[in-house]
Amino acid sequence: MQKFTTVTGVAVPMRRSNVDTDQIIPAVFLKRVTKTGFEDALFYGWRQDPEFILNQEPYKNPKVLVVGADFGTGSSREHAVWALRDFGFDVVLSPRFGDIFRGNSGKQGLLAGQISEEDAETLWRVLEAEPGIELTVDLVAYTASVGDLTVSFEVDEYTRWRLLEGLDDIGLTLRDEARIAEFESHREPWRPRTLPARQVNL
Amino acid sequence: MTNAVNPDSPMPDIRPRTLAEKVWDKHLVAKGENGTPDLIYIDLHLVHEVTSPQAFDGLRLAGRPVRRPDLTIATEDHNTPTLAIDRPIADLTSRTQIETLRKNCAEFGIRLHSLGDIEQGIVHVVGPQLGLTQPGITVVCGDSHTSTHGAFGAMALGIGTSEVEHVMATQTLPLKPFKTMAITVDGTLRPGVTAKDIILAVIARIGTGGGQGYVLEYRGSAIRALSMEGRMTICNMSIEAGARAGMVAPDATTYAYLKGRAHAPDGADWDDAVAYWDTLATDEGATFDAEVILDADTLEPFVTWGTNPGQGVSLSDTVPNPAEIDDANERSAAERALEYMDLAAGTAMKDIRVDTVFLGSCTNSRVEDLRAAAEIIKGKSIADGVRMLVVPGSARVRIEAEAEGLDQIFLAFGAEWRFAGCSMCLGMNPDQLAPGERCASTSNRNFEGRQGKGGRTHLVSPLVAAATAIRGTLSSPWDLVQDGTLGHDAVPAVFVPASL
Ligand code: SF4
Repeated sequence: MQKFTTVTGVAVPMRRSNVDTDQIIPAVFLKRVTKTGFEDALFYGWRQDPEFILNQEPYKNPKVLVVGADFGTGSSREHAVWALRDFGFDVVLSPRFGDIFRGNSGKQGLLAGQISEEDAETLWRVLEAEPGIELTVDLVAYTASVGDLTVSFEVDEYTRWRLLEGLDDIGLTLRDEARIAEFESHREPWRPRTLPARQVNL
Repeated sequence: MTNAVNPDSPMPDIRPRTLAEKVWDKHLVAKGENGTPDLIYIDLHLVHEVTSPQAFDGLRLAGRPVRRPDLTIATEDHNTPTLAIDRPIADLTSRTQIETLRKNCAEFGIRLHSLGDIEQGIVHVVGPQLGLTQPGITVVCGDSHTSTHGAFGAMALGIGTSEVEHVMATQTLPLKPFKTMAITVDGTLRPGVTAKDIILAVIARIGTGGGQGYVLEYRGSAIRALSMEGRMTICNMSIEAGARAGMVAPDATTYAYLKGRAHAPDGADWDDAVAYWDTLATDEGATFDAEVILDADTLEPFVTWGTNPGQGVSLSDTVPNPAEIDDANERSAAERALEYMDLAAGTAMKDIRVDTVFLGSCTNSRVEDLRAAAEIIKGKSIADGVRMLVVPGSARVRIEAEAEGLDQIFLAFGAEWRFAGCSMCLGMNPDQLAPGERCASTSNRNFEGRQGKGGRTHLVSPLVAAATAIRGTLSSPWDLVQDGTLGHDAVPAVFVPASL
C-alpha cells in the first residue's frame, strides 16, 4: 500500500445521503474473480443517467468524493471500496459512514474522513461554483482545503497511522515477520504438510 | 519450560484450560496489547474456487507470494457438475471460477485437486480424508463450514476473502480470543437417532444466534460414542448456531481414523504426535463461559419445518403454531417461514410430502452416511413421484462406496448416483430445486432459495432421508418398522422405542 500524506485532485460534490453499498456497486458484479477493474461498476445504476455527476466532463478523473451522511451502509461487500479505488478515488469525505465500509476503506488505502454536516454543505457550494476545481487533503494536518476554504476532518488514530505508514493488514502483520519465522522454527516436524503430496490407498 | 513447581517461587500459571484455549495458546505468535488482536499461526489453509480469486489477485497486485504453499491445498467443489464431468462446464461464471482457481494454483504453487482427481471433492471432506486435518492444529478456509474440522480437536475457522489473502501472505491471522461454551450430551442414542439429530436439537435449543462469539466444545458420553464422521456432522453445523467453531477432544476414535492416512504422521512422528494430542482434552476444573446440557436417551429423529436451521422439531411432532411463540421477532420469523414453506400450523411433520431427497453435502456425504442410507433402502423402491440425488462428498468416497456396491443399491432403488461436490446443498451447479419443490435434505441450511429459487428444504439425517424416499413423506426408519416395510430384525440398528 502507498504511504498516504497529502492528496490533491478533482473533488466531486455529490449531494446524496444514505448511499448504501448496493448503490455503490450492485450485487451482480460480485460474481467477478478479480480485485481490480471495478471502475465500470461504480454507481452502476446511477451512471446509466447521462446527467449523473460522474458522467460530467469536469469529473472524469476525480480523486475526492464529498458526499452526504451515511455513506457505505448495508452489505459488507469489500467490492464497494475496490470500485471507488479503481475509479481513482483516494478520499471520501462524509458526515457519517457505515461501520464496515469505514473498516474496509482503511484496509484498502481509501481515506474515509468524517466532516461536519455544515462543512459538507460549504464544500459542496465551493465545489459547485467551480466544477473541476482541485482540493487538497492533508492527512498529517487533518484538513481538506480548496481555494481559501479549509475544513478539518476526523479519522481514527489507528487507521490514520496505518495510512500514513502505508500499511495494510498484511503489511502490518509482516512487520512481525521475524516473530512468524521464529514461531515456524519451533513447529513440530509431524505437523501436517500438503507438499509433497502423499498417496495412501486405504 | 518445566512443569515442576518450586515451592519458593510464585505460583506458575497452572490454571486449568479448555481444549480451545490450549490450541489457541499453542499458536500464539504475538500477544495483542491495548486491545489489538493476537496473532495466531495457521497450520492448514484449505482453498476452493469461490472465495479465493480476489485473494490471489490481491497478492498479485502487491507482488506477494503465498508464504507456505506446503500448508495450503485447494479443491474444486462448489461449482462442479455432478454429471458428465468430462465435458466443459456449461455455466460461464462457474467455468470461469474453476479456471481461475487452476491458473492461480499453478502460478502460486498450490496443490490442487481438480475435477476428475481421486482427491477432488467438498473441501471439508477432502482435508480429513487425506489425514491433513489433525488434532490440535489451526485450520482455516474461506468457507463457514470449516467448523467441520473441529471434530478432530482442531481449531477450525471459516474466514472472509481478505483473511484468505492475509493467511496466504503471512500464514497467520490477527484474532481476538473467543468465549467458550460446553455442550454436554450424555446418555445413549437410540438406534435410528444420529449425530445429525443431536446437532439439529442443539441448534433448536440455543437458536441460530446462541453460539455467537463462542467456540463450542461438544462433550459427554454420547459424543464420545460417535464415530469421527458423526462428530464431523456435529461440528459442521456449529456455524448454524452462530458459533465461530465447534470442537471435540481427540481420543482413540480420532487416532484410529487418522492412522495410516496419507498425511497423518507415521513412525516416531506418530508417537510424538499422539503424546501431544493426549494433552489436549479440557482440564479438570477448567471453566466455560456457558454450558448447555442435552439428554441423548430421549432424543428422537429431528427435522426442520422452517427457513433457518433453528426452526426444528422431533419428527413425531407437529408444525408449531406461531401464535404460541412469545418472542415477537421469533413469532414473525415463524409466520414468514410457514408461508414460504407452505405449511399450516398443527400439521404432523410425518404428513409432509416431499418431491426430492438430497443425500449429500459436507454435513452428511461421507461413506458412513451413504452406508446408513443404503442399509435402509436396500431391496426397496423409491416412492412414486420422488427423485433422490445421492452425491458423495468426494471422488474417493464415491469410489469407496462403489467398491462396497452401494451405488448399485441406490441405482436399483431408483436414486441418481452422482459425482462428488457441493451440488444441491447450494445449487451453484445445475443441481437445483424448482420453485415450490419440497426437499428432504441432509445438508445444513434451509434458507429461502438456498437449494434453488423458491425451493423448500427440510433438514434431515441420512436415515430420515432414506426412509422419506421410501414413503414419500417425512419418515424415520422407525416408521418403516411400524408399517411393516422393514422387519424388526431386518436392520439390527433400527427398532421402535416402546414410547412411540
Ligand atoms: S457442501 Fe454446502 S455447506 Fe458444505 S462447503 Fe459445499 S456449499 Fe458449503
